[in-house]
Amino acid sequence: MATKTGKSFIGRFGVHIAVLVFVAIWTIPTLGILVSSLRDKDQIVASGWWNSFASSSQSEAGRLPGASAQTQKDGKYVIEGNIFGDGPKREISAFGVKSSAPTQYKAGSVADLNDGATLQINADGGFVLSSPKAFEGDRGQRVYFASSAPPKFTTENYDAVLFSEGIGRSFMNSLTVTIPATVIPILIAAFAAYALAWMRFPGRALLIAVIIGLLVVPLQMSLIPLLRLYNGVGTFFGVPSKTYLGIWLAHTGFGLPFAIYLLRSYIAGLPREIMESARIDGASDFEIFVKIVLPLSFPVLASFAIFQFLWVWNDLLVAMVFLGTAPDQIVLTAKLNALLGSRGGNWEILTTSAFITIIVPLIVFFSLQRYFVRGLLAGSVKGG
Amino acid sequence: MAAQIFSAIFVIIIGVGGCVAYFWGANRLLDLILPSRGVSGAAAINNLRRQGYVRPWLFVGPALIILAVYLIYPVIATLWLSFFDRGGTSFVGLANYEWAAGDHDLRNSILNNILWLAVVPAACTFLGLIIAVLTDKIWWGTIAKSLIFLPLAISFVGASVIWKFIYEYRGEGQVQIGLLNAIIQYFGGQPQVWISLPFWNNFFLMVILIWIQTGFAMVILSSALRGIPEETLEAAVIDGANPFQIFWKIMVPQIWGTIAVVWTTITILVLKVFDIVLTMTNGQWNSQVLANLMFDWMFRGGGDFGRGATIAIIIMIAVIPIMVWNIRQANKETGGH
Repeated sequence: MATKTGKSFIGRFGVHIAVLVFVAIWTIPTLGILVSSLRDKDQIVASGWWNSFASSSQSEAGRLPGASAQTQKDGKYVIEGNIFGDGPKREISAFGVKSSAPTQYKAGSVADLNDGATLQINADGGFVLSSPKAFEGDRGQRVYFASSAPPKFTTENYDAVLFSEGIGRSFMNSLTVTIPATVIPILIAAFAAYALAWMRFPGRALLIAVIIGLLVVPLQMSLIPLLRLYNGVGTFFGVPSKTYLGIWLAHTGFGLPFAIYLLRSYIAGLPREIMESARIDGASDFEIFVKIVLPLSFPVLASFAIFQFLWVWNDLLVAMVFLGTAPDQIVLTAKLNALLGSRGGNWEILTTSAFITIIVPLIVFFSLQRYFVRGLLAGSVKGG
Repeated sequence: MAAQIFSAIFVIIIGVGGCVAYFWGANRLLDLILPSRGVSGAAAINNLRRQGYVRPWLFVGPALIILAVYLIYPVIATLWLSFFDRGGTSFVGLANYEWAAGDHDLRNSILNNILWLAVVPAACTFLGLIIAVLTDKIWWGTIAKSLIFLPLAISFVGASVIWKFIYEYRGEGQVQIGLLNAIIQYFGGQPQVWISLPFWNNFFLMVILIWIQTGFAMVILSSALRGIPEETLEAAVIDGANPFQIFWKIMVPQIWGTIAVVWTTITILVLKVFDIVLTMTNGQWNSQVLANLMFDWMFRGGGDFGRGATIAIIIMIAVIPIMVWNIRQANKETGGH
């Protein structure tokens, strides 16, 4: 169909360009934080990440040492040294002594100051200030310079974020929340889905309608009563109200309508003949479920597992309501949100933390995309 | 931390083991109480029939209990609490709703939510459809779709950080490290603090959700486009239709049902949007939305459960039409089965 509609060369070329633009818009933002997370933290603020492969340049201002540093040489008074002191060396391209002309002189050239004084600043930061008269005062000569540093990539940000910002710990907390909250609903939903698909009992149609209704009930409807319930249970038994057990069950509850809906529509579509011939052979519903339905349903179980995993891993709301913010409970999304508040301008920390929170979903997504898409299609094309 | 990992593994074993033990045990118990094998014909048939009454409930039982506790009870309780005061103890009648009708923040949130509802589902569906059609025509379409689909796996918080970095503003004289301001500056414009521009900041937040959800719309619509019978397109080509006519007059009408589904799915998501607003602005600069306002009231000054519940009810009311439509559709589809 495609080849027939876009026959002209320009038309086809246009399609390629258009798709390329879309792909760029959709990938560049993520690329930005990946590149930034690997950059040196001083360079992140010195130049945009898209310039990270070029040398980063910046304009700086400084003051040369005062009169106490002068020595006498060949009848002149001289102050020598390096602008960068003992700090990291950058390359100087130009310098100046007036804020109105901060890059008046090229690096290595000699600038004539007033009263026969001269200043030379070399590319490596070394400077020589000389004057026929003795320097006076502690305030040295003001200088301006443009410097650049070669691109520098490092994994330091990851070290810092994982081990001293608490992201490593939060990563473990997220895993602790996600894995049980993904595994527990599967079996519960599968049995219910089988009963709703293949067993006849009064109220079945009503149950299905209720579950489809619950699919769209906003999470917000559940939060306050459950928070009160958890607080009540906690007080009654004298246990903390914010626990991993609490959030596992909450995620199980919130994930069940979709799980049952998704599994039911798949299981209902399994061929009737298989079930009936098994029943004629004397198999009970339990045996049919375990030996026939479960193995055949593997693809849809995988789809649901991926959905639930991504949803729980990416969730912020449920975690903020049902888990504490202490280091032993705070999950990645909540931690990232807290860092946005406390480390607002520290992009090396934010970009690195963000990349760590999205890396697991991205791996899951890329390795299991087929199941994910299948679940998406089954879950929404039919109504949800 | 080791204890934590251990307890997680322990819970998986207990949870899964418990489920297996329950389903197997309950089933076995039923067979023991009402034996159908090894008893005489009439009794066996009788027992089988009675088993048939009980067994479905054993299967759906655990799911029903969890749904009742985590969804059905809370929906009723939230409605109930919306008539009570901040602690949820004394009845205040419609006071919370009166407050809701007059509250400035709440009205602002509703207006913002309407704005989101007007823009995001439409933008996602439209972009998704266009990308689905375009990628269908080129050899590297699958790769392109994969990359556009990718943000769907990213959390709203992660996406917010990604876009906050794009919107980053740095004072005059400093290098603009935010992509948007750098582009604006490159073309001679004035850098702005995008997320604090009243009214327009809503759109900058919406971009994040559109960026995430377009992939969803694209995948669903792409699969619907594949389902369009080849003959209808060929007939249109023979009749001399141009690509735009084919798109609007042949393709779109045939996938109308799918477009509606995508639209409603994203609509529900938009009504619940919370994370993006919390992390980007926390409702400042007139960017508040209902879900974030509700979260705010739940915890503000020790929490006001009455008002929080009232805001939840407002969100729920907006969802009800979609819910009814869904149930009707499903009933039509499943019919007798």
